[in-house]
Amino acid sequence: MKRHTKLMIIGFMTGLLNGLFGAGGGTIIVPFMVFLLGIEDHKAHATAISIILPLTIFSSIIYIKSGIFNLPITLNVTLGSVIGGLLGASILNKVPIKYLRKIFGIIMIAASIRILFSK
Amino acid sequence: MKLFIIGFLSGIIGGMGIGGGTILIPGLTIFANIEQHMAQSVNLLSFVPTATIALLYHLKQKNVVLNIILNIILSGLIGSLIGSYISIYINSYMLKRLFAVFLFIMGIYEIISKQKIGEKQNEKAQNKKKQ
Repeated sequence: MKRHTKLMIIGFMTGLLNGLFGAGGGTIIVPFMVFLLGIEDHKAHATAISIILPLTIFSSIIYIKSGIFNLPITLNVTLGSVIGGLLGASILNKVPIKYLRKIFGIIMIAASIRILFSK
Repeated sequence: MKLFIIGFLSGIIGGMGIGGGTILIPGLTIFANIEQHMAQSVNLLSFVPTATIALLYHLKQKNVVLNIILNIILSGLIGSLIGSYISIYINSYMLKRLFAVFLFIMGIYEIISKQKIGEKQNEKAQNKKKQ
């Protein structure tokens, strides 16, 4: 497949899932760039942000226009996540990411099962 | 306060490059009883400030591979448009379950993932210490 077509398909799928679930675009696109396009890991992460940010802003606008928006909730969570994000990035070198990744994988699976069996 | 703490905890995890929003959304629906669509809206919006700061940093460091992003963004915007409208038009019950399947797959991915971003930086940090 031509590189150009590959890029278009990757972009479309990432946007579709990121808009549908309001999350996960970065997690989807990084392995694509690493394995399909052969981009180095740290560059893939940086490039992923440059792609996901405009897609997220676009999806946000659609959500807001459709009335799915709550300013107080958003502000509270955002304040927490900005502070938490800075902390997380700063301790990145001091924690065993490999194991954390697996632990959170298990937490995500547990949460998904809980949601599937909830009302 | 509860919302702040949920944001804070998922922010730490996201900052380390794990899961990010995929963790915040179930956090909000399970622990704060926030409706699925709203949780997704909150996650999308809360990503914008942190990502903007991170992007400016990476642009400065020249870590962004600029020659591929235009194509991906253009088709990505079409995907986002369709994905967002599908999300809006399906009911909360259905969306929540679809999201759970997505979360399950993401969880498996985190477990089997071979991404070494954190580890590489660990090595670099340790090498620096040695020097």
